Amino acid sequence: MGERYYTQSHEWVLVEGDTATVGITDFAQSQLGDVVFVELPDPGKMVEAGDNFGVIESVKAASDLYCPVSGSVIEANDTLGDNPELVNADPMGRGWLIKVRMNGDPGPGLLDEMGYAALVGGSL
Amino acid sequence: MGYLVHSDVDRALMLERIGVPSVDALLRDVPSSLRLPRLNLDRGISELETLNHLRSLAGQNRVFPDRMCFRGGGVYRRFIPAAVAAVTSKPEFYTAYTPYQPEASQGTLQAIFEFQTLIAQLTGMDVSNASLYDGATAVAEAAMMATVQTGRHEVVVAGRLHPEYGEVLRTYAAGRGFVVLEGEESISTTTAAVIFQQPDFFGLLIDAPDLTRRAHEAAALAIACVDPISLALLAPPGEYGADIAVGEGQQLGMSPSFGGPHLGFIACRSELLRRLPGRLVGQGHDDAGRRGFTLTLTAREQHIRREKATSNICTNHSLCALAASVYLTYMGPEGLRQVAEISFVRAHFLAERLASLPGIEMAFPGADFLFEFPLRIENGGDRLQRLSGLGILAGLQVGRWYPELRDVVTFCCTEVNDPGAIDELVAAIGDGRA
Amino acid sequence: MIESLSFELSRPDFPGPRLPPAGVDSDATIPAHLVRHTAPDLPRLSEPEIMRHYGRLASLNYSISENFYPLGSCTMKYNPVANETAAALEGFASLHPYQEDETVQGALELMWRLEKALCEIVGVDRATLQPAAGAHGEWTALRVIQAYHRDRNEIRDVVIVPDSAHGTNPASAALCGFKVVEVRSAPDGRVDVSDLESKLSGRVAALMLTNPNTLGLFERDILKMADLVHRAGGKLYYDGANLNALMGICRPGDMGFDAVHLNLHKTFTSPHGGGGPGAGPVAVKAELAPYLPRPMVQRTESGFRLDHDRPHSIGRVRSFAGNFLVLVRAYTYIVAMGGDGLTQASLDAVLAANYLRTLVDEVLEVPHPGPCMHEFVASARGLGENGVRALDVAKGFLQRGFYAPTVYFPLIVPEAVMIEPTETESKSTLDAFMAALVEVVALARSDPEQLHQEPNNLPIGRLDEVAAARQPILRWRRVGGPD
Repeated sequence: MGERYYTQSHEWVLVEGDTATVGITDFAQSQLGDVVFVELPDPGKMVEAGDNFGVIESVKAASDLYCPVSGSVIEANDTLGDNPELVNADPMGRGWLIKVRMNGDPGPGLLDEMGYAALVGGSL
Repeated sequence: MGYLVHSDVDRALMLERIGVPSVDALLRDVPSSLRLPRLNLDRGISELETLNHLRSLAGQNRVFPDRMCFRGGGVYRRFIPAAVAAVTSKPEFYTAYTPYQPEASQGTLQAIFEFQTLIAQLTGMDVSNASLYDGATAVAEAAMMATVQTGRHEVVVAGRLHPEYGEVLRTYAAGRGFVVLEGEESISTTTAAVIFQQPDFFGLLIDAPDLTRRAHEAAALAIACVDPISLALLAPPGEYGADIAVGEGQQLGMSPSFGGPHLGFIACRSELLRRLPGRLVGQGHDDAGRRGFTLTLTAREQHIRREKATSNICTNHSLCALAASVYLTYMGPEGLRQVAEISFVRAHFLAERLASLPGIEMAFPGADFLFEFPLRIENGGDRLQRLSGLGILAGLQVGRWYPELRDVVTFCCTEVNDPGAIDELVAAIGDGRA
Repeated sequence: MIESLSFELSRPDFPGPRLPPAGVDSDATIPAHLVRHTAPDLPRLSEPEIMRHYGRLASLNYSISENFYPLGSCTMKYNPVANETAAALEGFASLHPYQEDETVQGALELMWRLEKALCEIVGVDRATLQPAAGAHGEWTALRVIQAYHRDRNEIRDVVIVPDSAHGTNPASAALCGFKVVEVRSAPDGRVDVSDLESKLSGRVAALMLTNPNTLGLFERDILKMADLVHRAGGKLYYDGANLNALMGICRPGDMGFDAVHLNLHKTFTSPHGGGGPGAGPVAVKAELAPYLPRPMVQRTESGFRLDHDRPHSIGRVRSFAGNFLVLVRAYTYIVAMGGDGLTQASLDAVLAANYLRTLVDEVLEVPHPGPCMHEFVASARGLGENGVRALDVAKGFLQRGFYAPTVYFPLIVPEAVMIEPTETESKSTLDAFMAALVEVVALARSDPEQLHQEPNNLPIGRLDEVAAARQPILRWRRVGGPD
């Protein structure tokens, strides 16, 4: 069972060994509204923590996605092509976005569960 | 007075309801140092006097009858069916606002959906947007799409692109930070797109499939800038694998109008859909299952993406797109083909006759063309001026853009130039009046 | 389905229209490898069917010719029919853009006079009439300012934009390669001047503002802000969306604005056309004039000409001289109204907006105290407790025969409803609008579910925009119907 961390821009990352799974939080999906399209990088792409790795679009907004870790993308969630609504329905699980093979520690600047709850607590 | 609707009584009633003695009290936030004593413009006049003034200005312009116009260069006289103006002058279309509220805008939205389909069919591409300002900005937008899609920062213009389109492309490039190179020899692994015009600015046919292939070999996009009427005869960009098709739609039902408003179109392969700038109309349903149309994929646009938008265009030339829809629907595939064939035959007939006159020859002998062709003419400037005096708007001197081709003049011929008009033009030059 | 698509009405055997025969011969051919092999799949319809089809489509539209459009920031005022008469004159419509200058003196004179009039109205020196739309003009103005700074070898790569600004402002700035920095609004809705001061530096190219701002409030500190920006070496850009509040009252140029963009399809009554065409001239102070797009109209002893010889120009921003027939319409309006008429128009626009603001304030929250200029922003957030949002208010207006006001803009007001009546709506229309609002608000409290179903009296109800965006269908396709 891995460790889950969060970013200030409402992404989560689940770290299991040197593999990181990244998605957006429940708070983020509720702010966005119904997701209509997700633009994700191809496997093999190198990313740095803080990089903009994709875009998530709803009818009323298009938000940049920021990577919490550095490494190379090993998989992008292809099911979102036909079923972008998965991001709304199960943002923390089946609505994951990319998996990254990390080349260092996750972060910097990541929040833990409590830290993230405090961040959104003020906005709820 | 003018188009104002309030009487003094109305104004007094409103002021009373607001609870202020005068409109001045409502302007109290405006510093007195800024208040204008008056605008230094003439006073308003009656409609009678206004239209007389406009008629007087219009009367100071030379109107050449359509049939005696042989000057093209990107704007062409065509037969415009009466149906076009009858539809575009309906106030429900021309005074309508942008269709942001679909329930109140199905007329405009469906007409644009039909336009998108028509352009996609004509160009052989998967999807078209709801139109852009003109052919020039369409080329620039396509170039920007390519730089974003490929991550590369150079575009190559191969062949003779309309010089004004090239100028606009360079203005956008300077702002956006990409580079415009000339000539197919400049294609390299840093090329985002190869842009070519078919037929080219002189009306000549180019090898578009070959240029497309060369672009793809360098993993660049192929952008075809095409004449919409030519697509009745020529293989469309979709057929030879181009990635983006753009062009000027003026010939589809718009008058020359001293250059505008006209119509830019842009269409692309489905993979590039989300890079398309501007408006898109999509199909949807309401709760009762009724089909309707709505602006869609608007999250790409400036008012949502703000500084992250690919382009800042947030409008389309909707009424011009409507004109084009009516034109293409009226013509259908057969009408369009006939228009193109008549123009083709007459242009070649005209070219043969002109080129047989003394002091005139084809500028590029053996080069194929459709409706427009370049000639070398001795004393071209003088002869054009004399022809103008005879009521003929003859060819376009290209020297202003191509100084090394000072004696080259392009002539066009369409279905509005009847054989009698062709005879008159040829006779005027042939018998020495011009 | 309300009306079939032209493609669905088409019959494969229906013949094309009659056209005259070529009447001449040629044995020229097109090279085989360039020939089209499959004809484009365009509809085949008779003229009566075409006219019926578009006639029915027209009846599905709201338009300013029939309905009040209280759209904030859009200035949906009456489109004078005399404009159409002028634009249809053969002496304008038939002109080829490459006719010699001597043969288009009337057209060039019209452009020259229009330029002069617009410069007088906004208080600057020269204008380009080339840009085809507001956003196009805005980008042009920023490029001009960028060129000005580059010419002085100054590295200015930042543009400041208020947080209340329209999205085109930052988009246009980004398109020029500028970094966009936001300046905060103070609680009274106006620019927070101390925040502006803290963000000014030698890297700032321009501050983009509209005045009145997007809340319809006049920026009282405009002279101070102009001074601050100029001392920092920047330029002040005016977004002309709200010019309808100011004509004959005060001028952006006098406030210190260096570059002013105008919307001829808003303030100057060229019709919206269902989304375009419009025109977005850019008028500037003398210092910026050399950088304007070329060509410009020049008056000489022997007449008017197009001056291409402008070495500092940023170049062309579109083909030919501009959306000429749109310019004709705007010019016709200015001539008809005259200085006195335009001034009264703005005064009436301010009066009508304050009248509505006073009445709306009795039913909806109007967060910023009056007076306003030509528009104001209300908030529907008070209806939130009933589960009703600004969107529902908008749809409630459609139900009652009014076009909806602008909603969710500006972003700094939650559940924003922006209303701009303009000067061409009668008091009885304004009162009828208020009656509709009162009804909608009452319904929000008594039966919000019904409001969520509105509009239900139009050809179509609320569309599922999410589904439309998830599976975009952007064209009709023959095989098996739409793709």
